[in-house]
Amino acid sequence: MSDPSEALASAKAAADRISKTKRLNACLTALKDLRKSLVAQAQAAHPSGVLYGMPVAVKDNICTLEFTTTCGSKILGGYRSPYDSTATAKLKAAGALIAGKTNCDEFGMGSSTEHSAYGRSIHPFDKTRVPGGSSGGSAALVAAGAVPAALGSETGGSVRQPASLCGVVGIKPTYGRVSRYGLVAFGSSLDQIGVLGRSVHDASRVLSVISGRDPRDATCEDRDPLRLPTVPESLQGFVIGIPKEYFPTDLDPAVRRACDRAIRLFRELGAAVREVSLPHTQYAVATYYIVAPAEASSNLARYDGARYGPRFNGSEDVRALYRTTRGEGFGGEVRRRVLIGTYVLSSGYYDAYYRKAQQMRALIAQDFRNAFDRGVDLLFTPTTPTPAFKAGEKLDDPVAMYLSDIFTVTANLAGLPAISLPIGRIKGLPIGGQFIGQAFLEDEMLEAAYALERVVPATEEA
Amino acid sequence: MAAGSGGGPWETVIGLETHVQLRTLSKMFCSCSTAFGAPPNTNVCPVCLGLPGALPVPNELALKLAVRAALALSCTVHPRSLFARKNYFYPDLPKGYQISQFEQPLSTNGALSYLSPDRGVVTATIVRLHVEEDAGKSLHDRYPKQTAIDLNRCGVPLIEIVTGPDFRSPHEARAYLQTLKQVLEYSGVSDCDMEKGSLRVDANLSVRRGGQATLGTKTEVKNINSFAYVEKALTVERDRQVAALEGGAMITQETMLYDSKTNSVRPQRSKEESHDYRYFPDPDLPPLVLSEEFIAEQQTLLPELPAKKRERFVAQYALSVTDAAVITAERAVADYYEGVVHAGADSKTAANWVMTEVLEDAKDHGDALRVPPGALANLIGLVRGGTLSHQAAKRVFGEVAERGGEPRNVAEALGLIQVADTGVVTGWVSEVLAANPTEVTRYKSGEVKLLQFFVGQVMKVSRGKADPKLVQRVLEEKLVA
Repeated sequence: MSDPSEALASAKAAADRISKTKRLNACLTALKDLRKSLVAQAQAAHPSGVLYGMPVAVKDNICTLEFTTTCGSKILGGYRSPYDSTATAKLKAAGALIAGKTNCDEFGMGSSTEHSAYGRSIHPFDKTRVPGGSSGGSAALVAAGAVPAALGSETGGSVRQPASLCGVVGIKPTYGRVSRYGLVAFGSSLDQIGVLGRSVHDASRVLSVISGRDPRDATCEDRDPLRLPTVPESLQGFVIGIPKEYFPTDLDPAVRRACDRAIRLFRELGAAVREVSLPHTQYAVATYYIVAPAEASSNLARYDGARYGPRFNGSEDVRALYRTTRGEGFGGEVRRRVLIGTYVLSSGYYDAYYRKAQQMRALIAQDFRNAFDRGVDLLFTPTTPTPAFKAGEKLDDPVAMYLSDIFTVTANLAGLPAISLPIGRIKGLPIGGQFIGQAFLEDEMLEAAYALERVVPATEEA
Repeated sequence: MAAGSGGGPWETVIGLETHVQLRTLSKMFCSCSTAFGAPPNTNVCPVCLGLPGALPVPNELALKLAVRAALALSCTVHPRSLFARKNYFYPDLPKGYQISQFEQPLSTNGALSYLSPDRGVVTATIVRLHVEEDAGKSLHDRYPKQTAIDLNRCGVPLIEIVTGPDFRSPHEARAYLQTLKQVLEYSGVSDCDMEKGSLRVDANLSVRRGGQATLGTKTEVKNINSFAYVEKALTVERDRQVAALEGGAMITQETMLYDSKTNSVRPQRSKEESHDYRYFPDPDLPPLVLSEEFIAEQQTLLPELPAKKRERFVAQYALSVTDAAVITAERAVADYYEGVVHAGADSKTAANWVMTEVLEDAKDHGDALRVPPGALANLIGLVRGGTLSHQAAKRVFGEVAERGGEPRNVAEALGLIQVADTGVVTGWVSEVLAANPTEVTRYKSGEVKLLQFFVGQVMKVSRGKADPKLVQRVLEEKLVA
């Protein structure tokens, strides 16, 4: 597409489609503002860009000049960023249109998009269920067909988990592949912007555009943007490892059946399949829930009402300002994690928690290197232990909620690329399978995903 | 037994933490200007404002300067160090944490020798030197009942230099600071201007009875704004501790704020301190890895430091230690001096000129060295060659400083060139002898000290232009005749 009238038509059609998904509460941008902005963006977009006219929705914790950036939090109610994130700046430079800001768990802290100050998002297939999270709004919009792709972000699976639950593709790149500049920090050593898409191709081409070096992010690798692989004829020569720790005996049998079906397809495609062990997997969730809250407690210290964002009553002195702003501005889950993080970094507890978690994190990363060193190219696992769960089901049980990320947090802890794609349905609800790749070898991972996507009966019961 | 009872005289133990602003044009983690005195909140961007999503990227020049400072202080520079977050809430700290270094700092284990007024040359240990960013400024007196915040300083690059408990008196602490300032200025690391806040000092102080091995309970003294106040503040705090201990009280470990208006200290409200900073490695910044080549390059970029230069000046230019110390106190002056010598001036005469005319002129003109070294060397040459009297040369110096120009031309224009023509001088001498017959008679009858009177008279008649040596020779000839 390179015709300006087509871009304009694309912008209007996207606005129409997003309007029809209002019931999902997936898009936080007022529809009138969204339509106006999309039209303006289409008129300003460069026709030579590789994503010319493509509407891409953006998770609300990624800074954009268009629209507010609230992170799903009351504490940033009405906040407008004075600058564009590197990822959205690159999207716009490629001709894409920012198709509104999507709902999410507050600051990315949650797995259901129920922890948003702006109300929960709805699963597009079943209004009683959650779309997953924290990038639940992005996943729901893509699943509902409103946009071909959306940006999400991951700290412990927040792209792949909702992708699995909503039946779309979700990619988390290698840590350092995409600039974090303008991604509002949650757990800086784990955070990466990821992409949700209708297909491996849609998600990959958006990822390719936003990837690459950025002098504004010291943790972003000095590498060229990701090059898109061609769709392979077979998986001849691929060695796919199946880590046994991701298939516990109490795994949902339907999830196991869906994975087994995918594994049979790998063999049919010519890949070698081999069982491997990642022995420290059992400590991943505990490690994650020390590292991520520790970093979050520091990253969220800046929201104090002194310089931006709303102030709440009782701000007569500076201590009271902090207390009321942070007490009322943050939701319960954020407060919980800030408290946990503050605790594990406190003098006297640092060694027992934070330092130990860092040591465990290194062991978890070593597990992966060991597997890859033994000739395995990729790992394949279920993305989530279950399909979409009911709204409210895990709201009062944080640990149960945390365990829905049990298969995804490891890639964040190890900084590895991973992709979730639909591999079947369970009682009508989608379920995803996940490839975990080697650092900066997204191209190999995407080849395997292309090959599986072409043959897997993603909409059939497992 | 209470610390205050019995034993010998009191001994003071002081350790210093000095924050020094690095001489960069831009901030530590963003490209905002570090210029002093800009209108409030104008040198700011998303990074130093700590806006959501913004990230720090280290300033390479700041790292180079920090390494140079560490090397100048003989520290071990570590090939791998970590940035850490120091977490605390304060409105002028926009991120809620300061990026600093904690475990694994840039450099450790240095030393700085300085001249103690009590103990001769002493070496202070530098425990660590690390890099960090500055916070903003809270202005409590700008608006009634409100605090204004200026974030221009936020993110300005600093090094923190921590000594061991090595100083035994407030004036020793001051002597160390003066030497430190000199070394850092020399290295080009900082302008060390306390008025602009580019050098700030906090001190830890305790007292104990002489001969005791263990340290007493220390307090931290903050808010010291000048070198003179360092000595005053520490003296006040030392006296307070001694009085408390002698009165049977205990010292509480706390932070004391110095008030220069009343020359007193008061405890900081305990609410303002008792921090648990929850240091942890900053996940936004990869470990700082410095190659051997990088560190070696910084070493080669270090100039000769004051102590070395002083020794060399004594050896090379035959200066006294005191004169060498005066001339090497500032790098610009030392370089100037060598410029004068290299332009052909005698080293001792050059030293005298530099220590008098040059430094006096600089003092009155914002430290500017207004007469170029080559011009001063020429001027010295004119005096040596008998073309100018010393008095006349001082006038020429002042003129060149004000208006520039070549000393010889300036001297000619002012009519100050000495007359060395024997005929002309003989004329003046005859005139003077004729006008003072009584003195001539007295001289001839043995009052030879009157010669200086005749010289003075001839100089007066010649309006300072006669070459005094020639005048003396002609006078002696005429008076003998």
